[in-house]
Formats: sequence, C-alpha cells, structure tokens
Amino acid sequence: MKRLALVLLLACAGAHAIDPLQFKDRTEEQRFQKLTRELRCLVCQNQNLADSEADLAKDLRRQVYTMMQSGKSDEEIKQFLVSRYNDFVLYDPPLKPGTWLLWFAPGVLVAVGAGVLVNIVRRRSRQIPAGAETEEDW
Amino acid sequence: MSRLLPLLVFLALCALLGFGIRWNMHHEPSEVPSPLIDKPAPEFTLPFLYDPAKTLARADLLGKPYLLNVFGSWCATCQEEHPILTAQIKPLGIVLVGLDWKDAPEDARRWLARFGNPYDSVITDESGRAGIDFGVYMAPESFLVDARGVIRYKRIGMFTPETIENELKPKLAELAKAAP
Repeated sequence: MKRLALVLLLACAGAHAIDPLQFKDRTEEQRFQKLTRELRCLVCQNQNLADSEADLAKDLRRQVYTMMQSGKSDEEIKQFLVSRYNDFVLYDPPLKPGTWLLWFAPGVLVAVGAGVLVNIVRRRSRQIPAGAETEEDW
Repeated sequence: MSRLLPLLVFLALCALLGFGIRWNMHHEPSEVPSPLIDKPAPEFTLPFLYDPAKTLARADLLGKPYLLNVFGSWCATCQEEHPILTAQIKPLGIVLVGLDWKDAPEDARRWLARFGNPYDSVITDESGRAGIDFGVYMAPESFLVDARGVIRYKRIGMFTPETIENELKPKLAELAKAAP
C-alpha cells in the first residue's frame, strides 16, 4: 500500500515541469504552482508556465520563484510580468474597458436570446386559443 | 421586415466571420504586442561580448537612436535574418546593438566570426534576465530606441524586406524628423 502511494505520488510529481527549486514548506510550493498555472507561457501559447518545458518558461518560473522569495505578493508578480509581456501572460483576461465585450457579450447574447424566446412563446400562446389542440408537429 | 430579420442576422454573422478571417490573415497570432512601446527602455548593464570586463548600460546609449537586435547563435531564424541585417538594415545608418540572448558567449563569438558581425556593439545576456525586462520571448526580436531612450517600435521575429520598407523605414524617418 505504501509502495502504491509512493508510485502515485511520483506520478503526480511528473505532471509538473520540474525545476530544482527549494520551497520552505508545502504552502509556499502550492502558492508557486497555483501562480504559475495562472500565467501563460509565451513560447507555446496554449500552455501555462507550470506545465511548459520551454526554456523561457523555466526562466520565468525562476523569476516568479525569486520574487516570491523576496516577499512579493502574487499581484506584484503578475504586474511585473504584465508590464513586460502584456495582459496576454494572464490566463484570465482582466476586466477593463478593452475587455468588456469579451466578458459581457455572452451574458448579453443570452439575455437577448431569452427575450426573443419569451416574445415568440407569448405571441404563439395568444394566437392559439387556450385548450385547443394543434395539428402542427411542433 | 420581420421576415428579413433572420437574413440580416445571418449576413451580420457572415460579416463577422469574414472580418475574423481577414484579421487572421494580416495578424500573426503568436505576436504579442509589447506594452513597452512608447515607454522608456528598461535599465540594463550588460558585458560586451568581445570585452566581458567592460559593460554597456542603457545610459551609455542615450543621445542617438539605436536598434537593439536580440539574437542567439542557437537561433535558426537569426541566421536567416543575419544577411538582411547586414545588407539592408546596416546601410540605413542606424546604430546596431546586438543582444546575445541566453547564449554562451564563445558560441556567439564563433557564430559572428563565421557569418560576419554587423553590430556596432554586442552585449551578452547569458541568463536571460535582461531579456525578461524587455519582454523578449523569442529570437530574433528588435527594439528601436530613440535618442531619449524611449522604445518606439518592436519587431517580433525576423526583419523582411517588406517589414523594413513598411515599418522600420517610416519609424526611422519619424525619428530623423524629431531630431534637429
């Protein structure tokens, strides 16, 4: 059983790109993993920093690590990268006037669709006398 | 009118898709626009490739516009760009600074000895730390920095005769006009 646990643990460790980085505790390591998962690798752009094996991703992971060691907050680290590499490094695009369309368009479209649907249903129900059976298939 | 509505919606969708196709034809999706355009170039102090005991800093380059070309001996596209740099950009008279990025200096020296050195000065960023400050994420990349040390233009990927004509030359003309 212990052996199985060890095998599973090693398998999980393999899921992340491995750097020889020393963390002082589990919390710090989890913080690092979470942060690098939220950042995009610019070389292979559909991968995050945590998973990428690109050389630049290694450098950026090291940079994130160094900044964590010097006491920078997650927000400061993200800002550091955004000011050099654009919002594109963030996997979640920030909410700002330039991204309003991106954030709100789906909601607006759903609302418009629902409005149209309600309108059609209402009109139909007015046309068909209550209780009458229709010959139409739909 | 209400009968035409579905057709209009359909046409609007077609227009949107057409716009998307056109947009993608003219934009390289891997090119991430730099937030550093029109901002002061980041501070750097980096050793010279041919005299590592001496360093070149951002402040040393003020007073004259320069083109910082990020390259590496490991970079195949840089090799492809190299003759264009030598034959088409150097004659434009702009100061050329080579930034040997994430590369072993001896490899870069060998590379330049083999292909020729078009640069006025070459500095090395072996760790890639200065590259991060410039937001470099591939090579080659080039930054046009004006006399006051402000980044005016960035080229991601190699220069081609078209990009020199359509992007670099107009920018250089702008800088020449601004300088007395």
